[in-house]
Amino acid sequence: MQANSGGGQVSSGTLYDKVWDLHKVAELPGGGTQLFIGLHLIHEVTSPQAFAALRDLGLSVRHPERTVATVDHIVPTTSQARPFADPLAEEMLATLEANCTAHGIVLHGIGSGRQGIVHVIAPELGLTQPGMTVACGDSHTSTHGAFGAIAFGIGTSQVRDVLASQSLAMNKLRVRRILVEGDLPRGVFAKDLILHIIRTLGVKGGVGHAYEFAGSTIEALSMEERMTLCNMAIEGGARVGYCNPDAITFAYLQGRPFAPTGDAWERAMAWWSSLASGPEAVFDDEVRFDAATIAPTVTWGITPGQGIGVDEAVPTPEQLDPEERPIAEEAYRYMDLLPGAPIAGLPVDVCFIGSCTNGRLSDLRAAAAIARGRQVAPGVRAFVVPGSEQVAVAAEAEGLDAVFREAGFEWREPGCSMCLAMNPDRLEGRQISASSSNRNFKGRQGSASGRTLLMSPAMVAAAAVSGAVTDVRTLSPAEVSATALR
Amino acid sequence: MSSHPFPAGPVPSHRGRAIPLVGADIDTDRIIPARFLKCVTFEGLADGAFADDRTERAGAHPFDRDEHRGASVLVVNSNFGCGSSREHAPQALMRWGIRAVIGESFAEIFFGNCLALGIPCLTADPLHVAELQQAIAADPGAELYLDLEALQVELESEFVGANRWPVHLDPGPQRMLVSGQWDGTSQLVAHDGELKATAARLPYLNGFSRL
Repeated sequence: MQANSGGGQVSSGTLYDKVWDLHKVAELPGGGTQLFIGLHLIHEVTSPQAFAALRDLGLSVRHPERTVATVDHIVPTTSQARPFADPLAEEMLATLEANCTAHGIVLHGIGSGRQGIVHVIAPELGLTQPGMTVACGDSHTSTHGAFGAIAFGIGTSQVRDVLASQSLAMNKLRVRRILVEGDLPRGVFAKDLILHIIRTLGVKGGVGHAYEFAGSTIEALSMEERMTLCNMAIEGGARVGYCNPDAITFAYLQGRPFAPTGDAWERAMAWWSSLASGPEAVFDDEVRFDAATIAPTVTWGITPGQGIGVDEAVPTPEQLDPEERPIAEEAYRYMDLLPGAPIAGLPVDVCFIGSCTNGRLSDLRAAAAIARGRQVAPGVRAFVVPGSEQVAVAAEAEGLDAVFREAGFEWREPGCSMCLAMNPDRLEGRQISASSSNRNFKGRQGSASGRTLLMSPAMVAAAAVSGAVTDVRTLSPAEVSATALR
Repeated sequence: MSSHPFPAGPVPSHRGRAIPLVGADIDTDRIIPARFLKCVTFEGLADGAFADDRTERAGAHPFDRDEHRGASVLVVNSNFGCGSSREHAPQALMRWGIRAVIGESFAEIFFGNCLALGIPCLTADPLHVAELQQAIAADPGAELYLDLEALQVELESEFVGANRWPVHLDPGPQRMLVSGQWDGTSQLVAHDGELKATAARLPYLNGFSRL
């Protein structure tokens, strides 16, 4: 890694600047810029209080056609029959349904063929497009930046504001270019890349910044890989992460239900192409990475920045910056890991493949390539939760569900599931999970003492069949190559 | 819990006792675990504030200690409020009684969520935060006076002596809080003409939107 400070120069000509300028509504007397929101995504957890506040203020939804709803966080993944067994979950979905009906908002509900995790369905429906501003009451909204949109998570008061005015009061971010060059090695995925970036720059390194991901490595990534990358920008503190739109972006979008068609498609592509950061773009700073040096990465601690290569050991306090030592000490205790212990070989209890980070078709293919012909290790509970109904249908059409079932994985219905355990899927007691999700915070996966190791879907599958953290590169080369998706 | 009313109108200052909460990267899952998010109102959230941390520490968590009962200022370290965008986190703190947070640094979404509730998140030099946390621990009964216009915090202690430290808040949020314009929905709604003009120049709303 090399850092190169731009000396605080004003950014110009970045995609972020262009999209920001185009969406400016007004400068606000209280400070901040009023920014038009092109696409507003809502779900059952962070919207009910916003609709209630709207009613209290006597306001209506300004642009109901630009808000799109789905249900994801609280849905059970075993049976999705209504009413849900959990009355609180049922009340949340019923409230969302009532609010959408009352305000004329489209809800992609269970069984519609379009339901799923909000950050999976908006791209697959072609709702997310380059040059848009996208907001959602969920921090992983940064995912949509993969398309060259400026996308960010908001709180419920801001959900209320977008409903009321199709706009938000925002402050402009600085833009850091993260330049990644070279080929990702065999068995190394976008998940490993972003865990490596966060490990290097820290969990607060991106505060106040948008991360622009650029360079030959990024240009070679599929859209699903770019989504994985941008999804976790927030785990590095950056509320916004994005990639410049290119031919891969356009190929992904073409033919999707809400993508433009005919002449409009040609006009859209021309405009989208013009948004990319040009050679004249000035960044606030730049950080470089060499893809060839990145290993399959696993978190050992309680923040997504506490990651190591699978062939490394848990760092000792002496290897860490002094300011990182207190949280490392807390992590050793919580995870019950000793400094200097290798991470490979650590037994796992539960293996979870899914989430807005890694619940797309290519993720399931990569995991299935490892699971095929193997068996989940005795004593390990492993389950796969497709990111959406469309992902489930596509995976089933390829027989991936059968591959997983034959290997001893459970094949579930779509939802957020054990990423945050708002549904019945959760860890028990001090169980350790190998998880393709995005957060290893204390208590995150539903048990106050449960432990999470973040890794790529292929690595989760490798852990499932081995019963312990395993370097996916040590499995047979043909199978690992089969996980390569490009 | 404190008896302070929820914020309304201008927030030029705040006076109250404080709680030192030591530790970096305290995320919003810890502030309010996800199971408490199963609700359609924010009303009952106070009980969920730091629920798992409090159980783990069996009465020793600052939120459970008698000497901090009724306190309204939280003094934290770096990257406080990272992770999930859940506004349930500041809502839980507000309903528990917190009216201001002072810390080394804050996650961006958490900062904005607090601002939308009229709760200032003020930053201070790490050394000053440590001094403040130590002074509060030494005299938990002392009141802090937070001046959002002068951007300083003063500890009024009979035991450890009076002391004051500079705090920082960007001019935008400072203006919003001091003027009482932190709840900006009405401002946004008032600019409908400008909103229409913006929509009219967005290519994706004019020619290729299929929504």
